[in-house]
Amino acid sequence: MLTFTLRRLLLAIPTLLLISLVIFLLVDLAPGSPASEIPLTVPPEVRAKILEALGVNEPVHVRYLLWLKQFFWVEPLNGFDAIFGTNYAEGMQRIISYQSRSPVFPLIGERLPQTLTVIGTAYLVGVLIALPIGIYSAYKQYSLFDQFGTMFAMIGFSVPTFFTGTLFIIIFAVGLGWFPTKYDTTLTVTDWESFLKQLRQMAMPVMVLGLANAAAISRYMRSSMLENMGQDYVRTARAKGLDERTVILKHVLRNSLIPVVTVIALGIPSIFGGAIITENLFGVNGIGSALIQAIRGNDLPMVQTLAFIFAILIVMFNLIADLLYGMLDPRIRYD
Amino acid sequence: MADQALPVLEVRGLETVFRTRGGEIHAVNDVSFHLERGELLGVVGESGSGKSVTMMSLIRLLPAPPADIRKGEVLLNGEDLLKMTPDALRQVRGAKVGFVFQDPMTSLNPVFTIGDQVMEPLRKHMGLSKAEAAVRAAELLELVGISDAKSRLKSYPHQFSGGMRQRVMIAIALACDPDVLIADEPTTALDVTIQAQILELVKELRQKLGMAIIWITHDLGVIAGIADRVLVMYGGQVVEQAPVAELFANPQHPYTRALLQTVPKITGVREARLKVIEGQPPILTAALSACPFRARCEYRHAACDAANPARRAVDGQPVGRGHDVACHWQAPAAQEAVHA
Ligand SMILES: Nc1ncnc2c1ncn2[C@@H]1O[C@H](COP(=O)(O)OP(=O)(O)O)[C@@H](O)[C@H]1O
Ligand SMILES: [Mg+2]
Repeated sequence: MLTFTLRRLLLAIPTLLLISLVIFLLVDLAPGSPASEIPLTVPPEVRAKILEALGVNEPVHVRYLLWLKQFFWVEPLNGFDAIFGTNYAEGMQRIISYQSRSPVFPLIGERLPQTLTVIGTAYLVGVLIALPIGIYSAYKQYSLFDQFGTMFAMIGFSVPTFFTGTLFIIIFAVGLGWFPTKYDTTLTVTDWESFLKQLRQMAMPVMVLGLANAAAISRYMRSSMLENMGQDYVRTARAKGLDERTVILKHVLRNSLIPVVTVIALGIPSIFGGAIITENLFGVNGIGSALIQAIRGNDLPMVQTLAFIFAILIVMFNLIADLLYGMLDPRIRYD
Repeated sequence: MADQALPVLEVRGLETVFRTRGGEIHAVNDVSFHLERGELLGVVGESGSGKSVTMMSLIRLLPAPPADIRKGEVLLNGEDLLKMTPDALRQVRGAKVGFVFQDPMTSLNPVFTIGDQVMEPLRKHMGLSKAEAAVRAAELLELVGISDAKSRLKSYPHQFSGGMRQRVMIAIALACDPDVLIADEPTTALDVTIQAQILELVKELRQKLGMAIIWITHDLGVIAGIADRVLVMYGGQVVEQAPVAELFANPQHPYTRALLQTVPKITGVREARLKVIEGQPPILTAALSACPFRARCEYRHAACDAANPARRAVDGQPVGRGHDVACHWQAPAAQEAVHA
C-alpha cells in the first residue's frame, strides 16, 4: 500500500507538470494583457515600469519556470513563514494578482472558507440524503418510494442548478421571505443568533447543490445495491437465517459501498470547481466567484493558479479514490 | 425432542410457480418425498428439472416475487415451514437446515473474512460470544479439513481455492449442528479430484455427525456411491423414487433408464459410446396435463398425451416408501431391464 501510494505520487509529478504547462500556455495565449487594466491616463514610462515589475516582458518559458518556482517553492515558504513566524521567503517574488496587485494565495485563502462551508456542506448533505434514498429504493425496488426517488433523481439530473437556484430564490426568498436572497460574506458566527442567520443564508445554496449531488449519488447507490442483492452470497446470508436488516445493511451494503465511495471521493474536487454557478447566483464570495472575477478582469496569474489548484485536487482525489477502493475491497492488493 | 420415528422432513404436494413477464413457469409440480433421520437422499435430474427450486422452496429461499409457493406442506420435525412466520423461519434456516450451494466461488461474501462468515450463524443461533464463536469456527474449519484453521479465520474468500471455499460453505451449513443438510450440486463447479475429496468429506462428516442429507446432482455416478435412496426428477416432478440398489437394478421410468445409460460403467470394459438423451427438458408454462417426458420418450403411446401419470407403486409398498414411478408404460421384468 505504501509503495503503491509513493509510486502513484511520483507518477503524479509529470502529470501535474504537463497540466501546469497546458494551463499556463492556454491562459497566457488568451487575448488581453495586464496593460489593458492600467488606466490610459498613466504615462507610458510608468506603464512600462509597471509591466516590468509584473514580469510580463520576459519570454514565455522564463515566465512559466518562474511561476512554477513561485507556486511550488516561494508560496509554500511564505505559508511556512506565516505559520511559524519565520522569514525565509523574504525578498522573493510571489505570484501577484494583476487585479489587486497583492499575492494570489492569501486572496485564495480568504475565499476558501466560504466555499468550504457552503459548497462542502452541500456536498455532505447531498451524500447524506443520497445514501439512504439509494439503499431504500433498491431494497423496495419499484415501490412508490422508489418511483419517487427516480423522479427526484431525474429532476436533480436534468434541471440545471441556475434554474433550481433561481426558482428557490423566487419561491423561498422573494415569495415566502424565509431566506435572504444574497449571501452575506461578512457575517461571522459569534453567538446563537448569528449562527441561525448563517444557517438561513446557507440553506438555499446548500439545498440547490445538495439536490444536484444527491441525484447522481443516490442513483449510483441504488444500482450498486441492486447489483449486489442478486449475488449468490446474499442467498447464503439468508440461508444462514440472518434477518433482512443484517443481510441488507451488512452484506449487501458493505459490497455496494465500494464503487459508491469511489464516486463520492472523485466528486470532491467538484466542490471547488463545479460550484461556480451556484456561488455566483447566491453571491457566495468563494473560490468559484473568485475565478469568474479573475477571468473577467484578465487576472492571468489568478486564473492560472486557481486552475492549477483544481487540477492538483483532481489528481489527488483520484489517488485517494484508488486507495479507498483498495481499503474497502480485500481482493485488491496494491504492490 | 421430536419424535424419533417420524421422518425428519416430510414434503407433501409442493408446487412452486414463477410469475414472469412471459407468463407462469411451473417449476415444481406436486412434489412429495420424505427424509429419514440420518438418511442420505440423492436427487437426480438434468439441469432445469426443478431440483434447486424444490429445495430452495423448502426454506422459502426463493425471491418472491417472482417465486410463488402455491401449495404444499414442508414438515420439519412435524412443523410446517411454509406456515411459519418469517421470524420463526429464520430460526430454522442455518440452524436446523443447512444449505450448501453449487458455486463456491460466488457463495461467500468477498469483503468479509472466512472467520466472520463462519461465526455468523453461531452467534445468531447459538448466542455465542465473539470469542466463543471464534473458537468454535476454528473447530469447524478443522472438521471440514482446513489445516491451520485458527489463522485461516482471518483470510478472505479470494485467498481460498474453490474446493477450500466449498469446505467453508459446508462448515457454515454444519455450524449449528442441523438436522438436515441440503447440498445443491456442491461439486459440480469443482475439478474431478476435488469433487472426490468433497464427497469423501461428506461421507466422513455423516458418520461423525449423523445428520440427514439431501444431495442434489445431475450425476448418477455420484449417487451410486453415497445415497441410501434416490429421487429422480423431471419436469418439476418426481418421476421415480427407490432405494439406490433397487433403482440401479430395476429402473422403471424411461428417463431413469436413459440416465443410467449415460453413466460410464466401472467394469473396466470399454463400452460403446455413452448414450445421450435426445431433446431438451420442457419449459413448463402451464400446469401439466400430459407426461412431461413424452416428447423424448421411445415408449410414448396414447395415454402419455392424455394425462400426466401419477406416481404408482412398483413393489407393492406405499408410494414414497418403497419403489414408485410416474409412468404410463410398464417396464419389462428386472432381468431384461438391466441389459436394456
Ligand atoms: N427466477 C426464475 N424465474 C423463472 N424461472 C425460473 C427461475 N429459476 C428457475 N426457473 C425455472 O425453473 C425450472 C427449474 O429450475 P432449477 O430448479 O434451477 O433446475 P435444476 O436445479 O434442476 O437444474 C427451470 O425451468 C427454470 O427455467
Ligand atoms: Mg440447480
